[in-house]
Amino acid sequence: MRNFRLIARLDIKGPNLIKGIHLEGLRVIGDPREYARLYYLQGVDEIIYMDSVASLYGRNHLGEIVKEASKDIFVPMTVGGGIRTVEDVADILRAGADKVAVNTAAVANPNLITKIARRFGSQCMVLSIEAKQVGEKRWEVYTDNGRERTGLDVVEWAKKGVEKGAGEILLTSIDREGTRKGFDLSLVRAISESVQVPVIASGGMGKPDDIVNVALQGGADAGAMADILHYKRSEVSDIRAMAEAAGLKVRRI
Amino acid sequence: MIPKKIAVIDYGVGNILSVQRGLEYCGANVIVSSDPEDILSASKVVLPGVGAFSNGMQALDKLGLIEPILELSNNNVPLLGICLGMQFLLDGSEEFGFHEGLGLIPGKVVRIPNLTTDGETQKIPHIGWNDLFCSRQDAWAGSILQKNREGDAAYFVHSFMALPDDNSDRMAEVLYGGHKIAAVIAKKNVFGCQFHPEKSGPVGLKILRSFVEL
Repeated sequence: MRNFRLIARLDIKGPNLIKGIHLEGLRVIGDPREYARLYYLQGVDEIIYMDSVASLYGRNHLGEIVKEASKDIFVPMTVGGGIRTVEDVADILRAGADKVAVNTAAVANPNLITKIARRFGSQCMVLSIEAKQVGEKRWEVYTDNGRERTGLDVVEWAKKGVEKGAGEILLTSIDREGTRKGFDLSLVRAISESVQVPVIASGGMGKPDDIVNVALQGGADAGAMADILHYKRSEVSDIRAMAEAAGLKVRRI
Repeated sequence: MIPKKIAVIDYGVGNILSVQRGLEYCGANVIVSSDPEDILSASKVVLPGVGAFSNGMQALDKLGLIEPILELSNNNVPLLGICLGMQFLLDGSEEFGFHEGLGLIPGKVVRIPNLTTDGETQKIPHIGWNDLFCSRQDAWAGSILQKNREGDAAYFVHSFMALPDDNSDRMAEVLYGGHKIAAVIAKKNVFGCQFHPEKSGPVGLKILRSFVEL
């Protein structure tokens, strides 16, 4: 069994780290650089930056934030929000990112997934999926940070995305996001059983136990944490120790 | 005297900024360049890399960088290849056909087995943090791993792996699906890391610092 990855997710609006509930009602938390540095020092495995309003306005503010972060943060960084073209990807990698997470533009043009994977490798192309439950074991894909419905089925879209070249899936449950109720285990399991690429579960992490559940019951390869870290309810190091004690294989620090 | 620089070779692919920042963090004076003159005048050279083997070698060739790199290693200038840059150090790669490498370390680059040693299918690429261990006793003393300990975890992203002809060129290993994968290889002043030291937190920075201090 490979090491389960503990990932800090930072949602950004303009210059600020923010947090919402169900991806809405965004509240300002503080300076993203400060928080990212703190999580790095606590031993986080990766950092995901998501520009929450970028696809709305068609731009991404994260280039500068990532460039600054690359001075003293030495773990993999993924950047998402408003990425529309292969050139956008080249720019963000030049700024110090290792992967990009694409949602809205990939739904509009699935061939973009293939273009990014061919040019930079599939390991660089993370398909970001925002999922909302619409029935018993059925979820619909949303775009524009949970604002627009697409009519696409999440499981079908995940499979298609991987066929097109996605190397990883960032799976956000809109229903659980910001609620602290735990990850949507049946959603995560439905996707991790359907694709061969790593799945990052996002949305709902309320307590350290949740990460163990999403790994062992959901089959996730990684868990994204936001609220629990931003409001300082737990530290990465404590979550890691707890996960290891519960029998999860994690990076030893 | 102006301190000599570490040149990071830029041939147009991927995240080179983090390699530069990592070396700077370890006290190096870094120049990022694709100019053979800059590279030939450096005191140490880092060859980063992400992407496909043949594209990368073609890019180095187009920029006229292959001869300078070979010349440097003849002159015993320390060279560190990272990820794809490590795979270039071997004679060639089986990625999409056979493509010639730099031939600084005898051996080749092959696909990671898609079955575990127990016969189960495993996910490729190998992505994530994995624990380093010594290829043989005392392999790390005096090397770029001299500040590290067995069990230190580093960040890997790759689908192909180096297979040196001579086991004594292997310095560190990781296990993936029960298979040993060469994590660090070395021959004289030529070093290669399959993982990304610039993305491996304090563990990776120790390796970069050891290289800077060589």
